[in-house]
Amino acid sequence: MQLTLEFGGGLELLCDSVKVHNVSVDMPKGAEKLIMKDLLGWVRTNLIKERPEMFMKGDTVRPGVLVLVNDCDWELSGQLDTTLEEKDVVVFISTLHGG
Amino acid sequence: MLRVFRNEGRKGNDRVRKLKWKKARRRSRRRPGPACAVSAIRKGPLSKDLKPYSRECFYEVFEEEIHQVIVENQLFKPRERVAIGASGGKDSTVLAYVLSELNRRHNYGLDLFLLSVDEGITGYRDDSLETVKRNEIQYGLPLKIVSYKDLYGWTMDEIVKMIGLKNNCTFCGVFRRQALDRGAALLKVDKVATGHNADDIAETVLLNILRGDIARLSRCTSIVTGEDGPIPRCKPFKYTYEKEIVMYAYFKRLDYFSTECIYSPNAYRGFAREFIKDLERIRPRAILDIIQSGEDFRISTFTKMPEQGTCERCGYISSQKWCKACVLLEGLNRGLPKLGIGRSRGPNNDHKKGTKETNGAKSIESKQCGTLDF
Ligand SMILES: [Zn+2]
Ligand SMILES: [Zn+2]
Repeated sequence: MQLTLEFGGGLELLCDSVKVHNVSVDMPKGAEKLIMKDLLGWVRTNLIKERPEMFMKGDTVRPGVLVLVNDCDWELSGQLDTTLEEKDVVVFISTLHGG
Repeated sequence: MLRVFRNEGRKGNDRVRKLKWKKARRRSRRRPGPACAVSAIRKGPLSKDLKPYSRECFYEVFEEEIHQVIVENQLFKPRERVAIGASGGKDSTVLAYVLSELNRRHNYGLDLFLLSVDEGITGYRDDSLETVKRNEIQYGLPLKIVSYKDLYGWTMDEIVKMIGLKNNCTFCGVFRRQALDRGAALLKVDKVATGHNADDIAETVLLNILRGDIARLSRCTSIVTGEDGPIPRCKPFKYTYEKEIVMYAYFKRLDYFSTECIYSPNAYRGFAREFIKDLERIRPRAILDIIQSGEDFRISTFTKMPEQGTCERCGYISSQKWCKACVLLEGLNRGLPKLGIGRSRGPNNDHKKGTKETNGAKSIESKQCGTLDF
C-alpha cells in the first residue's frame, strides 16, 4: 500500500531530517486491512533512526504528538484502529518543541 | 475547548454527520468539497469538545476565541504600540499571525512589532532568527533584535563555555527577561505580548507547586503581568491549547522553527511537560483545570512578598540591591560563575538574610530554554 508520511515539529530529526516519505507498507500477514497500529510499528522499525522514545510511548505515539490522517485528527477516526487506504496521507507533528 | 479535525466538505447536522462519519470521510477525502456550511459552532467552556470542525470553522473559532480573551481581559487599548515576543517557534509565530489578523479585522488600532532576543546560540538561535526575519516580511511587522552580546558582553555560547551545561538556563532565563524589557523600551512599546499557551501555564503552575514557590504560583497564571514594572506583558494564548496552535500553524502552513535549544538539559521541566501531556490524553480539560487551580491559590498572609525597588547598578527593577542579571554578570566577569546561583554569596547577601530569593536563580521558566519567557 502506497502511503505518504509527513513528519514535523522536530520529529523529522528522528528520521534523517527528511520530512516527507513516500512509502510502501505491506499489510500484516493474514490481515485484510492496514490500521494505524500496524503503521506505527512499521514507522518505528523502518523510518525512525534515533531516539524512538521521542516518537512512541508504549504501543502508541508519545503524548504531545499530533496525528492527522488525510488532514483529519486521528482522535476522530479511531486512533490506533483507524483503517488506512491506498494513497492516504499521514502526518505526525510534535507539539513539544520550542515556542 | 479542545477541538479535533474532520475533513472539509460535508453538510447536514452534527448528529447525522457523526453517524455517517466513516462513510463521509471516505467519500470526501478524495475530493475536498465546498467550505463548511456550519460556521457558528460554539462549545461550552466546560465540556470536552470533540466536535468535528472543518478547517475554515476551526480557523474562525480559534481566532475569535482569542479575540474574546483579548476583549474580555482588555489586553490592549486603541493606538497602543505592542511588541510580540518572537522566537521563531510555533507559539510566537501563530501569535504574530493571529494578532495582525485580528488587529485588521476588529480594528484594534495597534502598532505591532516583532521583538526577538539573540542569545548567541550557534545552530539554534541564529537559525530561528532567520525564521523571524522571514516572518517580518510575511506579516509586514517591523522587527527589532536585541542580543546578549550587545547588552551583556557575553553570548550564551561563551557563557556555556565558561560555566558548562549546569545552570546555563538560569543565565538564559534571567538575561532574556531583561533583554525583552530593554528591547521593548527601545521600541517604545506600551506592552509585550508573548506566546505562552495553556499547556505552558499549566506546566508552570505544577512546577511552582513542586518547588513551593508561592509568589510565582500566584503570578504565573495572570494574563497580564509586570504592570508595576517597566513594561507589562500579556498572554493572549492563556486559554489556548498547544495542540490547537500546532494544528493551526500546520494547516495555515505558517513558517516556524522547531528545533530544541541545544543547551536545554532541564529534565525536571521535561517531566512536568510529559505529565501534562499524559493527563491531556485522558482528559483534555485537565490543562485548564490546573490553570484554574493555580488561580484559586491565594497567598497566605504569612508569606512575605518581596518589595520592588531598582537595581543600584543598572536601574532595572529588583527586590534586591542588584538585579539578578547584574549579579550573574558580576560572576561571569570576575570568573566566579557560581555567583548568584542558588545560595552562593554575592553582593545581595549582606542584607535581607533569609528572605526568599524570588528574582531569578530559583525561577522556573516554562518551556525549553531558548524560547521567550516570563
Ligand atoms: Zn539556555
Ligand atoms: Zn542590574
